[in-house]
Amino acid sequence: MKANVIVTLKKTVLDPQGKAIHHAIQSLGHHAVTEVRQGKFFEMEIEGIADESTARQEVERIAHDVLTNPVIEEFSYEIKK
Amino acid sequence: MKIGVVVFPGSNGDHDAYHVVGKVVGKPVEFIWHEVDRLTGLDAVILPGGFSYGDYLRTGAIARFSPVMKAVRQFAVEGGLVLGICNGFQILCEAGLLPGALMRNRGLRFICKHVYMRTENVNTPFTLSLRPGQVLKIPIAHMEGNYFADESTLDSLEAHPQVVFRYSTADGRINDEANPNGAARNIAGICNDAGNVLGMMPHPERASESVLGSEDGRLIFESMVSNLVVR
Repeated sequence: MKANVIVTLKKTVLDPQGKAIHHAIQSLGHHAVTEVRQGKFFEMEIEGIADESTARQEVERIAHDVLTNPVIEEFSYEIKK
Repeated sequence: MKIGVVVFPGSNGDHDAYHVVGKVVGKPVEFIWHEVDRLTGLDAVILPGGFSYGDYLRTGAIARFSPVMKAVRQFAVEGGLVLGICNGFQILCEAGLLPGALMRNRGLRFICKHVYMRTENVNTPFTLSLRPGQVLKIPIAHMEGNYFADESTLDSLEAHPQVVFRYSTADGRINDEANPNGAARNIAGICNDAGNVLGMMPHPERASESVLGSEDGRLIFESMVSNLVVR
């Protein structure tokens, strides 16, 4: 199985990198883009777990304990066979 | 007494801390490699500055899982003194030994300069030799020094009080201009509930000898040592 995890800053947290990227995009003329926020993407290969529910629990645990700092980040994920 | 300086792969402030404790303040000091999983015979532990694990994933995010951190947590629970400097502060926050998180500086630049910080709490082992409101000149050198916590955590830190140092002007005023990185409420250093764990972004070990431009940092190490003497 493959787990894809997306980590983003919480909405209440300032994202100056996102703002800088937005500014660059705007300066190229793409005025339709009103906001940019930057995040991280992780791909995890999972072997030896048969059922998806166990895999989900594992991914959620790893995402919470390692991939994110829960003070400032949140995550979403999908599992692919 | 004996003071330990933890060394993670990528730490670079370990030798400066070792030098200040051993040669400037003149107390027994030893290095602790991050794979050591128990601490014996130590009265205080320093988590030094640097780039542990290259700041991979997030600053301090991987170092917090090093074997030594279990021992540091136990040491802190038992009342031992723990001082986290810069990357050390980041590691303490990632490990949950201090609340909040250190984010990227709001100006997106690595800042390397002397700043002033005002002492907000002199009732900690690290500040007992200081006067309330005393301003210290100490250098910072960081890209992720922007202290963040949600409003209720910040209010609780203020109330307890766990805010130990705030970025200030040279004459002790707290304002946005004196804030180098956007840290909430100009927070430069905080302690835990019990007051035995301190995390600070500025580098007191780089301000302990006049030849480096300030000796104000030495007061923090001397406070620690005099606290240990009376224990």
